Amino acid sequence: MLDVRGLKKVYNGGARQVEAIRDLTFTLSAGELVCLVGPSGCGKTTLLKCVAGLLTPTSGEVLLQGRPVTGPPPGMAVVFQEYGRSLFPWLRVGENVDLPLRQKGLPKARRRELVTEALAAVGLADAESAYPWQLSGGMQQRVAIARAVAFEPEVLLMDEPFAAVDAQTRADLEDLVRALWHKLGVTILFVTHDIDEAVYLGQRVLILSSSPTVVREELTVDLPDTRDQLHTRGHPRFTALRTHVQEQIQAAKRGLPSPSAAGDGEE
Amino acid sequence: MTAIARKVAAALALPVVLFAVWWLATGSSENFYFPSLRVILSSFGEVWTGDRLVTDVLPSVLRLLCGYLAAVVIAVTAGVVIGSSPRIRAFAEPALEFLRAIPPPVLVPIIMLFAGIGDVMKIVVIVFGCVWPILLNTVEGVRAVDGVLLDTARSYGIGGVARLRHLVLRSASPQIFAGMRQALSLGIILMVISEMFAASNGLGFAIVQFQRSFAIPSMWSGILLLGILGFLLSLVFRLVESRALSWYHGLRRSQRS
Amino acid sequence: MTLIERTSGGGQTAAPASGDARRGRRRGSAAWLGLAGLGTLLAVMEIVPRVGLVSSKYFPPTSRIAEALAAEVTDQAFWVALGDTLKGWALGLLIATVAGAALGVLIGAVPLLREYTASTIEFLRPIPSVALIPLAVLLFGTDIRSTLLLVVYASFWQVLVQVLYGVQDVDPVADETARSYGLSTIARVRYVLWPTALPYVMTGVRLAAAVALVLAITAELVIGAPGLGARIAVAQTSNAVPDMYALVTVTGLLGVLVNLGARAVERRTLAWHQSVRGEVAA
Repeated sequence: MLDVRGLKKVYNGGARQVEAIRDLTFTLSAGELVCLVGPSGCGKTTLLKCVAGLLTPTSGEVLLQGRPVTGPPPGMAVVFQEYGRSLFPWLRVGENVDLPLRQKGLPKARRRELVTEALAAVGLADAESAYPWQLSGGMQQRVAIARAVAFEPEVLLMDEPFAAVDAQTRADLEDLVRALWHKLGVTILFVTHDIDEAVYLGQRVLILSSSPTVVREELTVDLPDTRDQLHTRGHPRFTALRTHVQEQIQAAKRGLPSPSAAGDGEE
Repeated sequence: MTAIARKVAAALALPVVLFAVWWLATGSSENFYFPSLRVILSSFGEVWTGDRLVTDVLPSVLRLLCGYLAAVVIAVTAGVVIGSSPRIRAFAEPALEFLRAIPPPVLVPIIMLFAGIGDVMKIVVIVFGCVWPILLNTVEGVRAVDGVLLDTARSYGIGGVARLRHLVLRSASPQIFAGMRQALSLGIILMVISEMFAASNGLGFAIVQFQRSFAIPSMWSGILLLGILGFLLSLVFRLVESRALSWYHGLRRSQRS
Repeated sequence: MTLIERTSGGGQTAAPASGDARRGRRRGSAAWLGLAGLGTLLAVMEIVPRVGLVSSKYFPPTSRIAEALAAEVTDQAFWVALGDTLKGWALGLLIATVAGAALGVLIGAVPLLREYTASTIEFLRPIPSVALIPLAVLLFGTDIRSTLLLVVYASFWQVLVQVLYGVQDVDPVADETARSYGLSTIARVRYVLWPTALPYVMTGVRLAAAVALVLAITAELVIGAPGLGARIAVAQTSNAVPDMYALVTVTGLLGVLVNLGARAVERRTLAWHQSVRGEVAA
């Protein structure tokens, strides 16, 4: 479904070159929910922008259903961290969800249907005529999710979407993502710096190294498919997994070689 | 109810007092330059309700509107082009800052060379004066469009005309309106100046005629009319602005609390 | 309610920090591009009349304007006119600033006064200052007082309105603290209201400085009060087109200097203001 092969991104800063991503390769099969987690500053957002077609990688490629991504592909939707800045403040909630659909050229009745369904799915059926800034942070991010859902993407990219909301809202939104994923069968790539969140949400967790970034480890989350905040987080396996991820991230921060990629990473 | 009454009283009290003071202070004025308000008001009725409304007031207002609207269209178009590229902006900005800094009324004699003294000259003068504040504010507004919004639009395939209409122009609209507000007061000034300089009709022309022929009450009534016109235009502008930018004012309020 | 006219100067809105090493280099290349832009403007103004696109009688080439400018700056009368313009501008701006700031603080400090003057200010402010031209002519003729009347009227509102914004911006907590410690009204104005309003006063002065220059030159041009404007009018009537262009260029340069100077002064006060705020927030 989504293939990232040998992705490398170097920023040219005049005399100084910054290698944000060295060499990333991973694959998402259709319908998977994969979390990407890494130490702060490891180029997660850069990676996501490359995948979304918003940045051109220095080398390597991104394939969506076998086709190389050169610009934002039509079958992809992105939910950004900065909910306050990714919704159009001059459009009402319903119009925000509707605008991409209009661009797609869908007939009006179908758009109406999609907007209503998507807003209902995120629990905001009655907020359609409000402006985004009249809503709380968590609700604004729900709108952004509704907009992505209504777009009917094959792949949904989420860039630390809950980093800026409070803990309780965050738990609700995590469950919402799981529920929507089950319901729609969409492929989700979820970027986060929160280890618990990654383990709680994902079927797999990709652990990244510090910058210049490579994939440090791929971890399958062998937790039951039905998850809930209370029991899953108390599960001994959950604790074991999160401890493992935490160890890897700590090691990455200190620059220790990963077990799988030992010997790699010399200048 | 009492709150509304209080507001009305607050809004009207001082104007009423000032009006009364003016009326009484000039009540039996023998001063040639400061006729009594009663005389001014009666001459206002005589001068501005008849033919002059069509021969002087209307042409002035039409020229102002033509020049102002043309300036808005030109300035916003150019501003969007210049603002969307850092290179074009760097190239054009110092030259634009210089052109903007020229006090627009001094352009009247220059534009007269090209366009004579007719309507075209006056409209061109107004366009030339009004363009700069709108242009520079538009550039600033387009430059400042939020990066996350731009990414959002791109990833949802919102491009071309839709991007311009739903993203760039809307996002820059608070700055564009700030420029338009400055331009409006400049436009009125230029309307009057261009008519005082050389014209055969118009408000500015009429007022200067009254002054030269020492028709003092008529002159005062003309000053009064210009004041009313300025007030009305700014009122209309504020209505339009508050409608177009209601989202912006709401956003600011929500951020402040 | 109203958009604070922060954007009017163009370019002084703080750019969102896209922090990287590129910026220094970019600023350098931006300066070169800007110079190239100015050069292009001058070149176009040279070429357009030379190739006959526009008659050089109406639109003298850059070199011809430069000659006229050179002649102007060697003329004693030019400097006298420049001095007159600057005098009218500075004096008018000073009067307007003092009056606007004093009245603004007074109105702002007394809520009742603010409530009862709001409508009057909203009515008087948009009255175009040039409406006063005939009155100025009758009262003062071509005296500098004619210029002053227009300059003061036009720039007064800029200062007053900004000061009123500034007074609204006073932190209620600071004001209540001051009250609870029993500070007198005068002390509150001195220690709470004025420091808060000061940056707004400076913004008002910056806007007023530009407006004052426009009105000073307008008054000279239309009424004939002594100054650069009157000199332009003379050049026009005597059909000295290149001199007219040269003088217009001078007014433009003067405008640029006024803008740059006012922005620099404003930035200094604003920087002080923000650094103080930053400390409080930290």
